[in-house]
This record gives sequence, structure tokens and C-alpha cells, in this order.
Amino acid sequence: MSTQTTGRRRAALTVATVVVLGAFGYLLFGGLGSNVVYFLTPQELLARGDKAYDVPVRLGGQVAPGSVQWDAKALDLRFKVVDSAGSAAVLVHSKGAPPQMFRDGMGVVVEGEYGRDGVFSSKNLMIRHSEEYRAPEAGKRPQEMYRSLMKDATS
Amino acid sequence: MTRLLGYNALIIALGATVVGVVLAIIGAKRDRSDLVRAAYATAHLQFGLVTIAVFAMIYALVAHDFSVGYVAQVGSRATPLFYTVISLWGALEGSILFWVWVLTLLTTLVIFWNRQREGRLIPYTTATLLAVGSFFLLLLVGPANPFELVSPTPPDGPGPNPLLQNHILMGVHPPLLYLGYVGLTVPFAFAVGAMAAGRVDDDEWIRLSRRWTLGAWGFLTAAIIAGMWWSYEVLGWGGYWAWDPVENASFMPWLTATAFLHSVQVQERRGMLKLWNLNLIVATFALTILGTFLTRSGVLTSVHAFTEGTIGYWFLGLIAVILIVSFALVAGNSEALKTRGRLDAAVSRETVFLLQNLFLTAFTFTVLVGTLFPLAAEAFRGEKVSVGEPFFNRMTIPLCAALLFLMGVGPALPWKRASGETVKRQLLPPAIGALVAGALGLFAGARNPYAVLAFAFAGFALVANIREFITGVSARMRARGEAPLEALGSLISANRRRYGGYVAHIGVVAVAAAITASSTFKTEHEATLNKGESMQVSGMELQLAEVWGRREPQRDVVGVTVVLRKDGRELGRLDPRMNFYPTSDQPVPTPAVRSRPWGDVYVNLQAFTPNGSNATLRVIVEPLVPWIWIGGLIICCGALVSMAPSRRRVAAVEPATETPDAPLGAREPVAAT
Repeated sequence: MSTQTTGRRRAALTVATVVVLGAFGYLLFGGLGSNVVYFLTPQELLARGDKAYDVPVRLGGQVAPGSVQWDAKALDLRFKVVDSAGSAAVLVHSKGAPPQMFRDGMGVVVEGEYGRDGVFSSKNLMIRHSEEYRAPEAGKRPQEMYRSLMKDATS
Repeated sequence: MTRLLGYNALIIALGATVVGVVLAIIGAKRDRSDLVRAAYATAHLQFGLVTIAVFAMIYALVAHDFSVGYVAQVGSRATPLFYTVISLWGALEGSILFWVWVLTLLTTLVIFWNRQREGRLIPYTTATLLAVGSFFLLLLVGPANPFELVSPTPPDGPGPNPLLQNHILMGVHPPLLYLGYVGLTVPFAFAVGAMAAGRVDDDEWIRLSRRWTLGAWGFLTAAIIAGMWWSYEVLGWGGYWAWDPVENASFMPWLTATAFLHSVQVQERRGMLKLWNLNLIVATFALTILGTFLTRSGVLTSVHAFTEGTIGYWFLGLIAVILIVSFALVAGNSEALKTRGRLDAAVSRETVFLLQNLFLTAFTFTVLVGTLFPLAAEAFRGEKVSVGEPFFNRMTIPLCAALLFLMGVGPALPWKRASGETVKRQLLPPAIGALVAGALGLFAGARNPYAVLAFAFAGFALVANIREFITGVSARMRARGEAPLEALGSLISANRRRYGGYVAHIGVVAVAAAITASSTFKTEHEATLNKGESMQVSGMELQLAEVWGRREPQRDVVGVTVVLRKDGRELGRLDPRMNFYPTSDQPVPTPAVRSRPWGDVYVNLQAFTPNGSNATLRVIVEPLVPWIWIGGLIICCGALVSMAPSRRRVAAVEPATETPDAPLGAREPVAAT
């Protein structure tokens, strides 16, 4: 094989490599841009204005006390998520049962989209675990929920 | 007492290891075999001392010695013995102790099996292994000391993280993962040893580390599959893979190690890709450390992230050192790394291997970018973001389909050059397999083009790999008059590496088909049922029979009993539960799974009312899921077959390294057709 054809082959290979890498990079970073899910507090979500609607978001905050409406038969759950300061509130609608220990005031993360009707439709509802273990307050201990189910309950 | 024994063993081990590194390097540089032998001795000493420390820790755990910091952190008197022992790897310090123990064990074995070998390769390999070991020992003596004194001694501890003491797989997944991760240190050490010794021009380092790479890869495969199974059995969401950063952390080195297992064959056969292979194994090792950084530094919130402050910087420092030293060595050896062979034809097995490496690298890069992007966004822009599953799926599903296709093409093509006639003859049966499998997928109701394509390529690869066994066996039966099973046995033992590879391919096909089927045909139902009430799920009837509670030593359990019926006939009873641990105000879900070869019925208890009158259940019907676990087992069997010593290889390999361009096709019974 002459050096000329080798050189031409090498040039073709370089061009092909650049094209392939470019296409891959374009796909990669293009795909990244449209699939980044922002983690926002209610206040940050509302501050985004028009950009807040119809994009996947993880909304993190606390369940506003007294806002929970749960229809067990229809598996329909509505509640408000508020900032820790309590300044901004977003109404969340979710299909499916809430986690067992779901209750007023607890930290939650909801995944879903904020609609133009002002309702955040959740696809996934998670409880935000605190890093450090703290004993729950009286009246909120899990044991008090299921005590009547324990056959040999002593405590 | 136990505390002092363990801690002092670690300190002496660190000292011995540092001395060992120095002895090994000086011994290799000056060809002083006495110094090298002394370095080997320090490695064995290091293993003995770390073993003492591990046993001291297990003893402290079992004896509930809460004056030991780690025991006070993860121990509890109520935890059952099994979970007490395995809590050795349930938190940061213990997991690093276990990690070091595995590393010192492997170091000792590498040295023991190669102690008579002449030359500088093994001394430099030893120095590398000991240097990595000294890093982790330094962590144990300093920032991650498991033997820290707790005073005054607490009467009891909190016990392990509830998620980690809820399933028996916790005894399986972490050790497998460590064996895989740590095992990949060995081929890396051989690569560094070969570069330091100036021996990259021959393939000795690849031959000597081949079994180690295969073994580590097999353990890593098993660990990933076991982790998926754990997620499926414990987290209660009915899935097994979510592109979670910690899953990605174990998957990236698997991808590059898989690429390496294939590309070294191109180097051994054709003398190509030397530079590429060195970079691949360095990248693989760096990715295992990156994975450790991601899971152990607390940058992520997950069950693996043991919140800990400064340890992350140590791992980042180690990654920097690995990359700088490795690339300096690669640059120093650049003359010897020139490719001797070249591609003869576009249609050949080596082309398939090149493409496979290209796709696997693209795959790794995609996962890496998706995993690190949230960290970069938070560090540089202060934004909290996550990269959604759609990104990973969109990027990797086409790559998976292409890799499945190549897995069928590779075995069918010969090395060097394939004639059009061969290609047609070899690829016709797999193509028929592809049509049949694709049609089956369509018939079953798959409409997503990628799902149909995945089924078709799975069929393609399955037929191509099984066919290698059939043609090999029938050729042997004709030529030597052997019985079918005898022919199969002698076929495999004559070339274990090759047929082990095909076995692993068949396992990958099973996993791929099972993942495609379970995600395509999955159906989910959720309902709140009163006691005695039923729901209909995919032609089955599910009745809530009872809501019950039970007290166990370490936890309280609330569960339901569900009766599964089909056409009025009882199929079985399932009892999904919630486990309440005293250290967590959230219950750990414990779904019940009815597993059959054709698929699973997965029932999770979502919620119950305190008086037990009703409960909310989520029922997921997922076809073929068990084949993910079975496929994982088949892959590991393939790795085992490849690792076993081969009768013919021993004689065949030695001259082959001298003349890589010799007509090796003679050993390659592809032509047997």
C-alpha cells in the first residue's frame, strides 16, 4: 500500500472520528439539556413564572398542616407543599396511596409537573428522610399507629 | 483490649506496607532479589495483620463491645447474629476495613502464585498493590478509624441502617461488589507493573492478569445483579434499576472492564490496541475509585451514602494520583506501544471488537456525564438538579440494541478477514432467529420500535452463540465419533475462554430479553381493599384476607395476607409487610413476590388503617423478571468456564506471543462449519 493511500485513509479516518464524536456529543449534551430535573422549593417554583409550567420538577418542602385530603377509594390525594418558612404554597395532586407515615408538617419531595391550572401533578411522592435520627414527638410515633394490630402488645 | 489489638494491627500493617513499597521499588530497580523477597514478606505480614483487625472487629460486633466506635455506631443487642456480623460492611469505617482485607488477600495471592517469576514485572506489580493498600490503611488509621474509643461506653447501640438489615441479600451484594471492585486493582497493578518495568511490548502482563480480570468482572457482574435484586425485593417500587448514581457507580467500571476483556483479545491475536488497553484498565480502576468516592463521600443522598465529612477529598486525591502516575507511565512507554498489526478487512471479528469497544466507551461516557452533571451543576452554578431517567434511556437503549446485535455478529465472524460466502452462511440462522424473536415480541403486544428491535437482536445473538456450540459439537462428533455430551465437554475444555465467553453472551441475552419484556409488558394496579374484598389483576383475583401485626426482637411487623386466585382456584397466599425499626420513623417496605419462570406477581403493602379494617395494595405483574437473576447466574458461569485452566492454551499461548501475526486461525475452529 502506497503512502499516499495510507495518508488519504488516515485523513478519512480522522474526519469520520470527528463526525462521530461531534454527533455523539450533540446527542449527549442536547439530551442532557432537555432532561435535567430541577430540585425547587415552592418559592423557587413560583418565582420561575412561565418557565415553571409543564417541565419535570422535583418539588421539595413540607406538607402544609390541615391541607391533606385523601380519598382512599378513589386513591386520590391532594395537599399543599410549603416552604420551611411557610411563605409560598403549591397545591399538589397525586394518584395513589401516600406513604404510610405521611402526615402534616413532614418533609416531602414530589416529582411531577406544575400545570397552568396551578396544580402540581405528582408522579412520585417521597418522604424526605432527615439525616440524623430524632425521636418522633408524642402522637406521631409509628407505634401508636399500629398498636391495636399487635397481638402481644405490651408497650 | 479488642480495640487496641485491632487498631495497633492496622498501624503496624500501614508501616509494613509503606516499607514494602520502598523495598519492592528499590529491589526491582537494582535487581536485588533479596529486597524483593523482603517486600513480598511485608505483603504477607500486611495480610496477617489486617486479618487480625477484621477478626477483632467481628469479635467486637458479636460481643456488643460498644466501647469500639464502629460497634457503637452500627451495633445493637436486638439485631440478629447474621445482621450483626454483616454490619461489618454496613457503614463507612467497617466497609473500608473489609475493603482493605480483600485487597491484602488478593495481594498475597498474586505474590504467592508469581513468587518464582523472574524480572521486574512482579516486583513493580507488588509495589502498586501495596501502594494502593497503604492509601486505604491510612484512611483506617486516620479519618475512617473503626476502632475509635467511645467513652463512657454506651449500654446499647442503634443497630444497622434499617434498609440494610431487612434482607438476606445484604449479606451477598456488598462482599461481591468489593471482590469485584478490589479485584480490578489487580489487572491495573499488572499494567502499571508492566509500564514501570518497560515490558509493555510483550503481553505477559495481560496473560498473567487475565484470570484476575475475569474473576473480578464475574464478581462485579454478580454484585450488580444482586444489587438489582435487592432493590426489587426491598424498596417496594417494583423496579430494579433507576439510573441512580450509586447504581451507575458500579456499572461504569463494569462497562469498561467488559470492553477490556474483549479488546485484550485483539492485542493478543493481532498486536493492536496496546495503548488503548492500558488506558482502558487505568480508566476502569479510576472508575472503581470514583464509585467509592460517589458512594462513600456523602455527596449523594442514598442508602450507600454514609454521611461523613472529609473522606471525599482523600478519594479525589487518590484519583488524581492514579491518573497522573498512569499517564506519565503511558507517555514514558509510548515508543513500545506502537501498533504492530493492522486491520486486514472491514468484515472481521476484530472490527466487531473495535465497534463494541467504541459503543461501550460511549456508553460509559454517557453514564459518567449523567452521573456527574448534578454534582457539577451544584458546585458551579449552585443549582440542585438531577438527570432524569429519560436521558439515560434515550442515550443508552440504542447502544444496548447495537451491542446485542454485535454480540451475535462477533462470534459468527472469523479473525482477519471474512469472505462474503462465510458471512452469508454464518449470519443466516441468527437472522432467522431475529425475525422469529421480533415477531414474537410484536405478537405479544410490543409496539415500541426499540422493544421490538431489542427482542429481535436478542434472538439474533442467542442463535448465533448457541450455534457456535452446535457446530463445534457436531464437527467433533463427525471427526472423532464422540457422543454429544462428551463432544460438548471436550469442545469447551479445549478452548474454555472462547466457549465461556459464549456462555456469558447467552446470559446477557437472557438479562436483556428479561429487562425488555418486564419493562414493556409491566402492568400496575393499586387499590384500597376492605377485609374480604377482592381486586382483579391481569385475569387473576386478589383478595385481602387479613391485616395483622407481629412483634420481633429487633422490629415490629405489620402485614397483610392476600389470597391469589385464578378461575376460582387458589394459586397461593402472599404476605407483603412493613417493618418498623426503632431507629427509623419510616417503615421499610417488604413486598411479597410470587415468582414463576414466565413472570412475577409483586404485591406491596402501600398503607393500612390503624384498626386493620382496610389496606392499600400495589400489585405489579412483570413478565420474565426471574430471567434477570438467572441470566446473571449464567454470565457468572461463563466467567468461571473461561477462568478454568485450558488444556490446550498452556501449550498454545507461549509461542503465540512471539509471533502475534502467525496464522492463529488454526486454533480457531470457526472454520469447522
